[in-house]
Order: sequence, then C-alpha cells, then structure tokens
Amino acid sequence: MKEIVIISGKGGTGKTTLCAAFASLARDPVIADCDVDAADLHLLLPPRVLQEADFIGGRTPVIDSELCSECGECRAWCRFDAIDLDYDAGYLIDPLACEHCGLCAHVCPEEAISMQSSVNGRWFVSETAHGKLVHARLAPGEDNSGKLVTLVRREARRLAEEAGAAWILDDGPPGVGCPVTAAITGADMALIVTESTLSGIHDMQRIEALCRHFEVPAMVCINKYDINLENTRTIRDYCLGNDVPIIGEIPFSPAVRHSLVAGKSPVDIDCGAVSGIVKRMWLQIEGTDGP
Amino acid sequence: MIITVASGKGGTGKTTVATNLALSIEGSQYINCDVEEPNGNLFLYAEIETRRGAGIPMPVIDEERCTLCGDCAEACEFNALAVSRERVLLFSDLCHGCGVCSYVCPESGAVTERLRRLGEIEMGRAQGTSGRANDRADGSEIAYTGAHRDVGALLVTPLIKEVKKTADSERTVILDAPPGTSCPVVETLRGSDYCLLVTEPTPFGLNDLQLAVGVVRELGIPFGVILNQSDSGDAQVMDYSRQERIPVLLEIPFSRELAVAYSKGVAICEQDAGYRARFQRLFRDIQAEVAR
Repeated sequence: MKEIVIISGKGGTGKTTLCAAFASLARDPVIADCDVDAADLHLLLPPRVLQEADFIGGRTPVIDSELCSECGECRAWCRFDAIDLDYDAGYLIDPLACEHCGLCAHVCPEEAISMQSSVNGRWFVSETAHGKLVHARLAPGEDNSGKLVTLVRREARRLAEEAGAAWILDDGPPGVGCPVTAAITGADMALIVTESTLSGIHDMQRIEALCRHFEVPAMVCINKYDINLENTRTIRDYCLGNDVPIIGEIPFSPAVRHSLVAGKSPVDIDCGAVSGIVKRMWLQIEGTDGP
Repeated sequence: MIITVASGKGGTGKTTVATNLALSIEGSQYINCDVEEPNGNLFLYAEIETRRGAGIPMPVIDEERCTLCGDCAEACEFNALAVSRERVLLFSDLCHGCGVCSYVCPESGAVTERLRRLGEIEMGRAQGTSGRANDRADGSEIAYTGAHRDVGALLVTPLIKEVKKTADSERTVILDAPPGTSCPVVETLRGSDYCLLVTEPTPFGLNDLQLAVGVVRELGIPFGVILNQSDSGDAQVMDYSRQERIPVLLEIPFSRELAVAYSKGVAICEQDAGYRARFQRLFRDIQAEVAR
C-alpha cells in the first residue's frame, strides 16, 4: 500500500481536480480529503455518508455565571483578549478569540471556570463511485486543523488496510503550515501541483523544501505551463537542480473548467490533450516505487 | 477604514484584488496577513525600510529552582511541556505563549519567559511594476507591510496579530487574508470594517464562498463578492448572491493577456488602465456600503 499526498503551497492550482482524476484511474483506492478547512473533493466525488462523528479537538473554558463574582481576574490575565465584559450578562468568553489555554480557569478565585471538551468539527466516511472517501469539516474559526487532518489520514489508513487497497490518495490543504505538515508527514510520496506564475514558483519552492525537511519524496506537475513559458523553464531548472522529477505539464484549457462545472474530473469527460496527460501522469505514479 | 480581502478557496485572486485595490486608490496601506504564502510583494515591489522579528513569549525553566513537580506540564493544554527525570522539556512548536506554566509554578522564579521569534515583519513603500506607484497627483504613498513565518515555526496567528498592529488609522488599510475559514482567517478579519470575498464561478468557488459567508456573518462584518474569471463557469455563484442579497461588486472576466501579466508579476491595473478606474469605483462602492 502506498500513500500519495497532493499539495501545492499556493491555493487554486488544481490539487482537488487531479486527486479526483487519480481516484477515477486508480483501482479501488481509499481517498482522504485533508483540506478540512475548505473541503471540495466531495463536489467531484459525490459521497454517500456511511458513518460520521464529532471531532473533539480540545477543551474550552466555560464560565458558570452562578459562581462568578465578577472580579475580573480572568479578563485581566487573558493574553488573547478573549474575555468580554457585558454589562447585562457579565463576563463572557469570545469563542473566536479564545486560544483554549485554560489560564482563566487557573486564575479564577471562585473556581467558576472549568475546561470542558469541545466539538470542533465533524468527520465522515463515505462511499463514492471510485472508493471510500474520508472527509471532514472543521468548524469555522477553529484552530485544531492539524489534529483533524491526522484523524482523517489515520481513518483512511485503517480503511485501506482493512480492504487491502493499493493506494491512499490524499487531497492536501493549501499553504505550508500546521495542517500541511500533518498531511505530508509519513506519506510515501508527494505530488506538488504548481503553475507557471511567480506565485506558483515561490510557493512550489517553499513546499518542496518542507517535503525535503520531512523526507517525503516529491514530484512536480506544472499546470497551465503555457501561460508563461519562461516561468515554466524556471520551474524545470529548479526541479532539475533539486532532483525533483516533473511528471506532467498541463496546458491551459477552458475544457477543464467546464468539466468541473459538470462535476466531473478531466479524465471522466473529454478534455482534449489534458485527459491524456493526466492519465499518463497516473501511470507514472503507479509505476514508481516512489520518485 | 480597514478592508479585508478573503476567500474560502485558495487561488481565486485575493492577492490580485488586494494589490490592485492598494495600487488604485489614494493613501492606501497594503498589509499581508497570509504569512504562510506571502505573495503580495510579487506585484507591489516594495522598497523595504524596516525589518523586525516578531514572536511570542515562551517559558524558560531555571533548572536550579525547578523541583520537577510537574504542575506546569499538567496545566499546559497544548502538551508543550513534559517532565523527565532530570528536567522539564519544552516543545516550542506546540507552545502558544499563554503563560499558564509560569502562573501555576509554585517555585518563585523557576519559570520565566523569553520572546521566541516566529517570523519577520517588514515595512516600506510600494513601487509597483512601473516604479511609479507612488507618483501621484496628491503626493500620497502606498504603505506596505509584509510578514513571513520562519521556516520551522508552526504558529501563524500571533504573527497576524503583530502585523495588523502596523495598520495606520489615517490610511485605507487593505488586509490580504490567508485562504480558508479557520483561526488565521478569523484573526485577520477581526476589527475589519468591510470584507471582500473573492470567488470564481465553479462548484468549488460556490461551496467555499458559502463557508466564508458563514464566518463573515458570524463576525458581523458587512461584505460583498468579487467574481474572478467571471465568464468561465456557471451562474450558481451569481444566483446564490442574489438569493442571499449579497452585492457582487466587481466581475473580472478571464483574459489571457491579464493571466500572462499576472504570471510575470504585473498588476492588472498597471497592464490595463481601465482596471484602475474599476478598482477606484469598487472602493467608492465599498465606502457607500459601509456608510449604509
């Protein structure tokens, strides 16, 4: 069993589109949507939910207004300005500002503040046309996205082991932060989807360095490579110099957008040259023992 | 006035809108809050005048005074402290700088705090591609604040807080937000007067717009939509905006010429002067929306 994670640094370069295409090409994969902040894979892989559960990300402080003497110690100590004083309701915790550190519970002389387990989102195991999909939804404004990504990947691995699946396909989150770290650590390989723009190059280099840091072998796909051939050459040079194979270069094509609007991946509907390029990319990925 | 440019989905054109708005209006300040992928300066070409580190306080354990009682590790909600047989270990990537450990420590002076750097904040004046961005009739300049996280540092929220402190209340402040709807986005949005949500007319664009609308509404910030690549896709985003009575303030059709300009780091208002006027009109529309 191999696990490939599709990432990009910059958002909107085509991670989810490629992941859905690979799901269609791979034989009975288990698919994990690791973009728990703005999950989109379900739009191309309509899910039938088999099982769902709350995600308990951490603990959150709760003020018992019966016990609160309104001394204001909690508000004075909080480093995140997360405690508001309302002249009618008394002291209130601003859930969007709170870091859940629990200092308020320690400083309260009346023991009116307790730390209680909090639901930060929900996660699902679903059946799709191309295999089981593990996906999740982090509640707005929450910060435990790395933990939820880890949970989604762990569940995908469990399902893959159970079914003897050959592939786990992870649709990664954008950026290079905590959720991305949680998505790539321990994966067998990473596919970096970039584009021929300055932002694409900049972010590709950052995410490639992150892969190297975590010793995850990386390969690159250049999307819309023909928008700026000079930038494409810069990406090729960078990859050559860093021993990162380029496994596909996809031209700009309005057909791809039309396929997305139809809710299909570019291998499930005719997207001209793009369909063939994506199919060949998957054959290369399947044929490797890792790049 | 503070305007945040955000989007649920990444890659829809937040930085395009934020930089063009900053370049098109007078007396603006662009602040990059996407500290993971700071790309604004690829279009603004700011001359950096000052740089400084930014970070959060983290505990320092005085081994002479520490009795290894373990109260600090037990109180830490982030599991950033662990007690071994010889010493207390700090996992600095997990530390949020909340101060619980020093508060609960029963030994005087055993836990003190020292600032740990998470990244860098840089300030200067934007030049634009032409180097003439500050050549304005009224002599106003575009102030620029950038920020980036150090490689290896995981926390971003404290950096966003810090970079927002550079906002100049005399100016029209434009915050370029990170993608998504989680903690860093909320931190960027807090205190904003208006929010522009940039999206595209695809099922992804609609889904992520709906998530972002949920957050902005919860925060009670007035907002409008900008539709990028507006002529390629379907009508669902427009239908949704109409149903929800969300104003669509600007439509940017796909143009290969502008895509190529973008790929080279040229702002669209510098490639096509018509866009400067459109971004100025967008700003007037925002002012009218805020005044309502």
